[in-house]
Amino acid sequence: MVWTRKDLLGLEELSKEEIEFILETTASFKEVTTRDIKKVPALRGKTVVNLFYEPSTRTRVSFEVAAKRLSADVINIATETSSVKKGETLIDTGKNIQALKADIIVVRHNASGAAAMLARNVDMGVVNAGDGWHEHPTQALLDIFTLKEKFGSFPGLKVSIIGDIAHSRVARSNIWGLTKLGAEVTVCAPAMLIPLGIEQMGVRVTTDIDDALCGADAVNVLRMQFERDEKAAFPKQLEYFKTFGITAERLSKAKKNIVVMHPGPINRGIEVSSEVADGPNSVILEQVTNGIAVRMAVLFLLTQAKELSFKEE
Amino acid sequence: MSILIKNAQIISPVYKPASPAQDILIEENIIVHVGAGIEKPAAVVIDAEGKLVMPGLVDMHVHLREPGREDKETILTGTRSAAKGGVTTVLAMPNTTPAMDCPGNVSLLKEIVKRNACVNVAICGSITRGRLGQEVTDIAALKKSGITAISDDGSSVDDDAVMEEALKRALKEQVLVICHSEDKSLSQQGVVNLGFTSTRMGLRGISKESEYKRVARDLALAQKSGCPIHIAHVSCRETVELIAKAKKKGVQVTCETAPHYFSFSEEAVLGFDTNMKMNPPLRGKDDVLCIKQALSDGTIDVIASDHAPHTENEKDIEFDRAEFGVIGLETGLAASITELVATGILSWPKLVEKLALNPARILGREEPALCAGKEADLIIIDPDKEWLVTKAQFISKSKNSGFIGRHLKGVVERTICSGKIIQTG
Repeated sequence: MVWTRKDLLGLEELSKEEIEFILETTASFKEVTTRDIKKVPALRGKTVVNLFYEPSTRTRVSFEVAAKRLSADVINIATETSSVKKGETLIDTGKNIQALKADIIVVRHNASGAAAMLARNVDMGVVNAGDGWHEHPTQALLDIFTLKEKFGSFPGLKVSIIGDIAHSRVARSNIWGLTKLGAEVTVCAPAMLIPLGIEQMGVRVTTDIDDALCGADAVNVLRMQFERDEKAAFPKQLEYFKTFGITAERLSKAKKNIVVMHPGPINRGIEVSSEVADGPNSVILEQVTNGIAVRMAVLFLLTQAKELSFKEE
Repeated sequence: MSILIKNAQIISPVYKPASPAQDILIEENIIVHVGAGIEKPAAVVIDAEGKLVMPGLVDMHVHLREPGREDKETILTGTRSAAKGGVTTVLAMPNTTPAMDCPGNVSLLKEIVKRNACVNVAICGSITRGRLGQEVTDIAALKKSGITAISDDGSSVDDDAVMEEALKRALKEQVLVICHSEDKSLSQQGVVNLGFTSTRMGLRGISKESEYKRVARDLALAQKSGCPIHIAHVSCRETVELIAKAKKKGVQVTCETAPHYFSFSEEAVLGFDTNMKMNPPLRGKDDVLCIKQALSDGTIDVIASDHAPHTENEKDIEFDRAEFGVIGLETGLAASITELVATGILSWPKLVEKLALNPARILGREEPALCAGKEADLIIIDPDKEWLVTKAQFISKSKNSGFIGRHLKGVVERTICSGKIIQTG
């Protein structure tokens, strides 16, 4: 198959084949990250701009490392020090970056739909690095890639996603991707953090952590986002750890080789104990490594699609 | 000036034609004669062969934005937009700056209307001062200054005691109260219908409770006070059911829906198109079906556009920051024909009831009819012509329409208001 989309905005609109194609491409780029000289010229002369309206460590650095390993030039815009502070709109910011002849813009924004809105208004490729509560496609792709490495295939694979599902773009993207690939997904959260109608996305819903862990091959633990200001009743941190925290004791009742994932950054002692985060079931740091390969694949595919569309013209 | 319309197929439930095609003779601002084969000479002769002629539409929910937000719309552009859509009477909603909460402000608006309006503009005053929901306006004085109804549209009066007081006074002055029924403590920062759509889009949802709980409150107070109320922009099944029950009990309530509530369901928002963002939001497919049924069985009395112009700067931004509202004066009739008449849900006479007769009656205005002696407010339409809705066509100053890119059926060819043919640009 040939990748033709100019943007990666989410997993909802991707087909199973498109997701599998990204995973295959990721595998070839992972090989690059094991070399002594971790560079290929695929994006030489191209400019990738990271436009981050929300704070980020791993996603932003991950995109930067990925782009540089592809030999692209990378510019990072942190909005606290940009004209956004002077009231410049997202569309204007995007158009200006386009006028600087950037090739790809990687955008993280606190408004759901922001990446789509930007993509409609610029010709550059747009990668959604997280828009509000909506989607975080590269995170889900690296989660799925990590699972692929561990388990090989998805039909019948039981994956549980634990945490603040209602406000999680990581959860939504993972649900779309995993269900399209045939995995059986369970979501688990305190009742007030389970969004209305989520079962229509093809997931099983439970508020019982032991039920979610029982029989699961992998568990993806989301961060409790205390910085997203929500007035709805929020569990206190210790209370959350007692009822939903992933501890060694909880895991002892689950499958022996259950894989523990977390998109990071982890709140030690709140959603996961240090023992588990640093223990043998955890693949948290492998996820970060895989993130580079996934993002290299995505940047490569979008660039290729652009080149193909030029040839057609 | 005299106008002779020949070969007209007249849709007017009040007027029963002897034979299908009639001629209509207008002199100055009055219809002087309706009959077959009128031979009297006239200054303008229009051949309406193959067209339908009906009373000019009465849109009782229109935001003309002047005074205060002339960047979005003015009396001039808004009334021209109305004329293009076949609307010859609009009720201008009071959420202007300043609000229509006192005779002085109403006079200000009347002056602008006198100078610039090309169709009839009735003025809606507000229920409370500044629409703040605390102090009831001097309804008697407002009535004297010429308002047709009162509403705090955009907001509901949250305090039961204040609303009850308002209803008592409105009843005394025989002024209609139009209710924007919404409990903002329940809808909070919601931007789309609460449910699967809000969940998959990662957006805050507006529950149906926030609408129907307030509707229940408004109906209870209407029953208690005996004051007639009109519920604005009905969007969901639960509201329809509450109103149907209340009507059966003898509560004096009428209600309206807007074309977007029978044309689109919540799935239309899925691409984050802000031209599908309005309040109340688009609801589920079942609610759309229910709205159509309620129009058919008479539970919903009126179709009103809730024409809400907004500038591009306020709409072409992130979904949750974009303003609520869509324009509708120029697409209301065609959307109604497409969704309701072409599908057999409403007959042509019933459509004219929803778009012209019922709103006129509810507002206490003379009921329009195409017969001798009546005011010459009428439109000539091509009922079958299909057209593609584009941004460039809109006369309105604002272009925020949910129908852009869609095909609609029904084109207004002439709009005649007070015997004048309005140039629709």
